[in-house]
Amino acid sequence: MILILEQLLNGLQYGVMLFLLAAGLTLIFGIMGVINLAHGSLYMIGAFAGTWVATTTGSFWLGIPAGLIAAALVGFLVEATVIRKLYARDHLDQVLATFALILIFNQMIILIFGRQPIFTPLPEVFYGSIEIIPGLFYPPYRLLIIAVGLLVAVGLYFLINRTRVGMLVRAGSTNRDMVRALGVDVRLLYTVVFGLGALLAGLAGYMTGPILAVQVGMGEDILLATFVVVVIGGVGSIKGAFVAGIGLGVVDTMLRAFLPTILRGFMAPSDADAIGASVSSMGIFLLMAIVLLIRPKGLFAAGG
Amino acid sequence: MKLSSVIKASVVAAFAAATPALAEDALKIGVITTLSGPAGYLGQDVRDGLQLAIDMEGGKLGGVPVELVVEDDGLKPGNGRQIAEKYMNDEGIKLLTGIIFSNVAGATVPDIVDNGAIYISPNAGPSNLAGKGCHENYFVVSWQNDALHEAAGAAAKKLGYTKAFALAPNYQAGKDAIAGFKRTFGGEILGEVYTQLGQTDYSAEMAQIRAANPEVVFQFHPGGMGIAFLRQYQQAGLLGTIPMVLSEPSTDAVVLNAVGEAAIGITATAHWNRDFDNESNKAFVAAWDEKYDRPITYYASQGYDTGLLIASALRQTGGVDDIDALREAIRKADFASVRGEFKFGKNQHPVHNWYQLDIVAGDDGKPVAVTKEVLLENYGDSYADQCEM
Repeated sequence: MILILEQLLNGLQYGVMLFLLAAGLTLIFGIMGVINLAHGSLYMIGAFAGTWVATTTGSFWLGIPAGLIAAALVGFLVEATVIRKLYARDHLDQVLATFALILIFNQMIILIFGRQPIFTPLPEVFYGSIEIIPGLFYPPYRLLIIAVGLLVAVGLYFLINRTRVGMLVRAGSTNRDMVRALGVDVRLLYTVVFGLGALLAGLAGYMTGPILAVQVGMGEDILLATFVVVVIGGVGSIKGAFVAGIGLGVVDTMLRAFLPTILRGFMAPSDADAIGASVSSMGIFLLMAIVLLIRPKGLFAAGG
Repeated sequence: MKLSSVIKASVVAAFAAATPALAEDALKIGVITTLSGPAGYLGQDVRDGLQLAIDMEGGKLGGVPVELVVEDDGLKPGNGRQIAEKYMNDEGIKLLTGIIFSNVAGATVPDIVDNGAIYISPNAGPSNLAGKGCHENYFVVSWQNDALHEAAGAAAKKLGYTKAFALAPNYQAGKDAIAGFKRTFGGEILGEVYTQLGQTDYSAEMAQIRAANPEVVFQFHPGGMGIAFLRQYQQAGLLGTIPMVLSEPSTDAVVLNAVGEAAIGITATAHWNRDFDNESNKAFVAAWDEKYDRPITYYASQGYDTGLLIASALRQTGGVDDIDALREAIRKADFASVRGEFKFGKNQHPVHNWYQLDIVAGDDGKPVAVTKEVLLENYGDSYADQCEM
C-alpha cells in the first residue's frame, strides 16, 4: 500500500514536469501552428543558465529567476528571428528549421560550458527524505517540484480563463484566422505565447537540474514524451496537457514499478524482467495509440 | 560581395591556424571517435590523451613524425564504417584507433581488419570481438567490456555481501554488465531491473530497491543516466543506508564532479586511477594538468596509453609499411603503461590488475577516488579461451 502510494507520488512528480513542458508546446502548436522541436533546447538553456547563476552566487533560489529569464529571452529572440518566418510555411520547413536550432543550441552550450555535465547545487533543507505518513519516506525536493507544478497549473488556469490575454489565447487556439480578422495584434500575441512557453520550459529545466544530469542534449531525452502528452491531451489545450501529463507520468511510473513483479507471478523471472521492461517502455505509446483510436483529436482538443 | 569575401578570408585564416605546419611525410593515424552529444566528452578525452602523448614527444611517436586525422562518428555505426573506408581507401591510412562505443566498433572493426589495416581500441572491447571473432590485426588497450563489471562483482564478494540488487539499461551493454557482475559475485540476486535507455526518472526503481532491502546495490548507467541515478539515490535516502558497488564507467572524474557529495561512500572499481604511483602516470597527470583545466578521466589515460603503445611499436619498425612487423611489435606491448603492469593476452586484450577505489570527500568537500587495494591480479577476460589465433 505504502509502495503504491509512493509510486503515485513519483508518477505525479514526473507528470507535473511533463505538464510544464507540454503546456508551452501545446500552446505554440495550437495557436501558432508551429511544430517547435527546439522546445527541449529552451529547457536545456533554463537548466544551464539557472545552474550557472546558482553555482556562481551559491544560492539555489537565485537560479530560478535566472533560468526563467534566460529561457524566456532566448524564446523571444528565436520567435522574432526564426519562428516568425515559419508561420506561413508547412510543417516540414518548421521541423527542419527547429531541428537546426537544436543543433545550434547544443553546439553553443558545448562552446560555453563544455561537453561535461555540470553540477546543480541543492539547498541543505532538501537533502534526505521526510516521513509524510508513517512508513512513507519521500524526498522533500520532489514534493517541491509537485507543489511548483500544481501552482503553475493553477496560475495558468487563471491566466487563460480570467484575463484578457487568456481570452485571446483561447480564441487563438480555437480559430486563429477569426482572431486575426477581428483586428487583434496577432504578432504580439504570438510573441507573448512563445515567450510564456519558453519560460515554462526554462522553469522545468532548472527544477530538474538537481535530480537529473544537466548536460548537452538533455532536452531531446524528454521531448518525445512531451509530444506524446501534447497529442494525447489535444493540441492547444492546457487542460489536456495537464490531464495527459499527470496521467502519462503515473502510467509510466506504475508500469515500470509493478509490471515486472506482476509478470513474475506467471512466468520465469528472466522473461518477466525482459518483457516487463520492454512493455513498460512502450507503455506511453500504447496509451497514445488507444486514446487516438477513441478520440482522434486527443482528449480535450480545442477548436473544431 | 564585400561581406562574402571577408567571410571567405576568415575561413581560410581559421583553417590555416587550425592546421599546424607538418612535415610532408608525417605518418597519418586515423581516429574515429564520438565527439557530439552527451557522450562527447569520452571521445574528446581519448583524442586529447592520444594527442598529449604525441605532443610530449614533440609531434612524434617512437621517433616517427605523426599526424592525427580525427572524425566524429556521432555514435552511429554507419558513420564509423564510412569514415574507416574513407581513411583506408582515400588516404591510405593503415593504423586506426579511437572508437568509444561497442555498437560502432562492432560495425567498423571487422571492416578495418579485413582490409589488412591495424585497429587499436582505446575504449570499447565487445565480447564478440574478444572470443571467436578475435583477429590478429585487432588490439584492445583498454579492457574487455565484461571485465569492468566482473571487477565490481569481485569487489562486492570481497566485501562480504551475499544479497545484491542489480540495475542496468535495457540494451546489450546493460545486460552484459549485469551478467558480468553476477559471474564474479556468486551471491543471491534479489532483483534484476532493466531501465529504459535514456531514462531520466528513477523514483520507481528507488522504491523497488527499498522494498527489496538488499545488502548491496550494483548499477550500471553510463553518462547522464548514472548522474541522475546517483543523485536520486541520495535524495531517496538510500545513500549511506544500502551500500553501492560500481564499475568503472559509473565513477569517472566527470561523473563525480557532476554528482557531488551524492557519490561519497560508494565503492568503485577501476583499472586506472589518477593517484597511481608510477613514473609514467606521474608524467601523464602533470602534463595533462598543465595543458587542460578539466578533470582527467580514465578515457584520457586510455588514449595516452594507446599513444605510448603505438610509439613503442613505431620505435621498432620505423613506419607502417610492413604490417607483419608492426603487428609483432605491437604484440610485445613494450611500453610503460600509466596503469602499471600491462601485457596482451592470447586474444590481444589486456592482462592487468583491477583495483578497489573508495570515493571519499576531498579537501574541498568534492568527491575524489582513492585507490585502496588490488582486487584482481593479472586479470584477463572470460573470452580469451574461445579465441583461436
